[in-house]
Amino acid sequence: MSSLAMPAPEAATLARRAEIVAALRAIVPGEGTVDHETGMRPYETDGLTAYRQMPFVVVLPETVEQVAAVLRYCHENNIRVVPRGAGTSLSGGALPLADAVLLSMMRFNRILDIDFDNRTATVQPGVTNLAVTQAVAHAGFYYAPDPSSQIACSIGGNVAENSGGVHCLKYGLTTNNVLGLEVVTIEGEVLRFGGKHLDQEGYDWLAFMVGSEGLLGVVTEVTVRILRSPETARAVLIGFPDAEDAGRCVAAIIAAGIIPGGMEMMDRPAIHAAEDFVHAGYPRDVDALLIVELDGPQVEVDHLLGEVERIGRAHGATHCRVSESEEERATFWAGRKAAFPAVGRISPDYMCMDGTIPRRELPTVLKRMAELSQKHGLRVANVFHAGDGNLHPLILFDANEPGELDRAEAFGADILRLCVEVGGCLTGEHGVGVEKRDLMDAMFSEDDLKQQQRVKCAFDAGHLLNPGKVFPTLHRCAELGRMHVHHGQLPFPDIPRF
Amino acid sequence: MESTLTPRTAGEVRDAVAWAVSAREPLRVIGGGTKASVAPPIQTGHTLTLAGLSGIVAYEPEELVLTLKPGTPMAEVTAALDEANQMLAFEPPSFAPLLGSSGTATFGGTFGTNFAGPRRLTAGAVRDHMLGVEAVSGRGETFKAGGRVVKNVTGYDLARALAGSWGTLAVATLLTVKVLPRPETEATVVLDGLAAEAAVGAMAQAMGSSADVSGAAHLPADVAAIVPDAKGAATLLRLEGFGPSVASRRAMLEGLLKSHGPRLLEREASAALWPKVRDATPFVGTDGAVWRCSVAPTMGPRVAAALPTGSRVMFDWAGGLLLVETPAVGDAGAAALREAIRRAGGGHATLLRAPPAVRAAVPTFQPTATGIAALAGRLRQAFDPEGILNPGQLGR
Repeated sequence: MSSLAMPAPEAATLARRAEIVAALRAIVPGEGTVDHETGMRPYETDGLTAYRQMPFVVVLPETVEQVAAVLRYCHENNIRVVPRGAGTSLSGGALPLADAVLLSMMRFNRILDIDFDNRTATVQPGVTNLAVTQAVAHAGFYYAPDPSSQIACSIGGNVAENSGGVHCLKYGLTTNNVLGLEVVTIEGEVLRFGGKHLDQEGYDWLAFMVGSEGLLGVVTEVTVRILRSPETARAVLIGFPDAEDAGRCVAAIIAAGIIPGGMEMMDRPAIHAAEDFVHAGYPRDVDALLIVELDGPQVEVDHLLGEVERIGRAHGATHCRVSESEEERATFWAGRKAAFPAVGRISPDYMCMDGTIPRRELPTVLKRMAELSQKHGLRVANVFHAGDGNLHPLILFDANEPGELDRAEAFGADILRLCVEVGGCLTGEHGVGVEKRDLMDAMFSEDDLKQQQRVKCAFDAGHLLNPGKVFPTLHRCAELGRMHVHHGQLPFPDIPRF
Repeated sequence: MESTLTPRTAGEVRDAVAWAVSAREPLRVIGGGTKASVAPPIQTGHTLTLAGLSGIVAYEPEELVLTLKPGTPMAEVTAALDEANQMLAFEPPSFAPLLGSSGTATFGGTFGTNFAGPRRLTAGAVRDHMLGVEAVSGRGETFKAGGRVVKNVTGYDLARALAGSWGTLAVATLLTVKVLPRPETEATVVLDGLAAEAAVGAMAQAMGSSADVSGAAHLPADVAAIVPDAKGAATLLRLEGFGPSVASRRAMLEGLLKSHGPRLLEREASAALWPKVRDATPFVGTDGAVWRCSVAPTMGPRVAAALPTGSRVMFDWAGGLLLVETPAVGDAGAAALREAIRRAGGGHATLLRAPPAVRAAVPTFQPTATGIAALAGRLRQAFDPEGILNPGQLGR
């Protein structure tokens, strides 16, 4: 395991383990409370497997009352809690702590209400992303955000991470598709935000909750909007000898007023790895490959495919192929979707980064990334949600080679700093978690982070929920609340007053 | 002492708030002030206007990103976007005529109120398009959140969360918003003469089809005069996009709703009509009180049925948004309206316009649910511990 400073375990908690386990078992009896090593082993890591920690105890509640009772007990006894959905986080959002109750929400697996007239689905947080779509597909509807882990990842986890996916340029992130939440606070209070109506009253609690990475409350119910599935979808592969031209092509497509359902880019190493793995028919003699998918009514899709093809050719595309069948469309995507495992085949280990950049900076970033690759002595392959500028560099390394994991981490940190430097951000969709926690000061000042932590204090003044995630330094809420009042005169007296 | 502070830089905003904190003098924070009459009156002599903090700082159409200062007039924003064939997809209303206010609506006011128009149904509200914010908290400290890219989950999503907070948490000094291409063309399918229940059913049918409807409103006969050739009530379904696509979806929708005898408003008539729905034009210049309510779409007619006699209602958002005019007497229907909303499974009602006597008797904003009130108090504490910024707004 690589070095990562987590909050020091509370000795008082560790010393009371038997008593705490018994108290939790009284709330969640039977197999709902797990305290033996073999039972807890599956929870020691999440999708970011470089970090592992055995939980203190695992609790799997089934009812809102149980969740509230567990949190109330933990609050009263000053015990930390790490909430967990399906455990697919790529940023270590569900990494356990040695002294924290691991609260798994995966028994909350029921679909509660489907309302086609209001176009909403209300589900428990342990329901998988794909299961929401499956529950409404018979009526021609779907749930739009589709992170690549959608078979496994839970809606509760999607809410915590504000998950995206390849379709989010057109259809939005999780935050744009959540209408209501039921949330249990660390005090064990059950609150409801929003509902089936648009725009909640008062403060935008949904905006605070979605993407809060399990630091503000535990979600027990989610109401999402569902959409009518597009009539049809077709994809086009466009290959460019020069990545810069591919970038300009993407800009030109958007400038033409076209927002594709999906617009993905791969660089040469990623194209080759994917093509070797799934034989998707990708051209090998190009530096950048675009997959542009258009969805909607048949007439619109046909019309826009023509436009996109024309724009591609005008920007120097040497390869252009439109899918002529559903099978062919699936094949185009198969390569992109298999990009991560494909890279896994050509390297013992890889690390997936997740920065966002202004698209115009792509050529600069690719060039500087190549330089960084030289500097760190590690290869990198790039897949890119080109429409929204979300870059996923895959750093290739071998964890069994001494020092390579550290070099890969240093390379990754350099890439993310580069993203921030060109006007982007540390994470587009994977979350900060523990992975990017210590890079937060590359993007935010001390004052920025303190104001964010004051929000945390409004929800969880004791820092009991998921501590050690998102924020590099934990400030006590009392300290954050202190005001330094400067007694001064009315400022800028030269300004006109009426 | 009374004063109007017109800072011209973010630093001056910080100085002004820091002074207010030290002097314990509340500030009334406004953009252009066109919606200021919506907010309950504040007991303070000090107004902080952001009109002096104006201008587009960066606009990159190909990145779909616009960065601007909060005092930028909406007209200037629209003009800049027009030039690149883009738009604010949330279709912000111009409520100045409705509210009888003069002055210049600003982007800051749009951000602070989170008021969105007909396209909110499918494209989202102001908050859905916010990407980044720089602001001064009620502590007199500068902070930023979010950024200038369209996909960003780094830290809490404060740019979104501050939208619609009515200037009670922080004073924005720089905002970044996502923009989108403007549709090439539009058309509206009109169904004449439907009762509200039937209209909501037809709108649900249209929204559940692949016609990709971008606006769904129902105007009962007493507000339908804005619709060309209205014969009683009018139900409006807007289609936007590329020419061939609109033509094909229009045919599909007409087929789907054939039994209701659909007719069509072509591009110009459609484009002229929707701003009147958006801005509640039928209620401009009347004496009534005006409410803006959000409920689950299918509950719209039920809530409308609970309104006092003499009320008029426009249904937008497929039935979920009610723009309501009630007689401006007593509580202007507040109790009946809010009770009906509660029974309808939740939502909210905001009093947009009312004479002072009604204002004095009725909370402007939906009262905060008991469970949430304490949390809301702590949130205010987190941003504005002295209660300097717009005290009295948002039910506080």
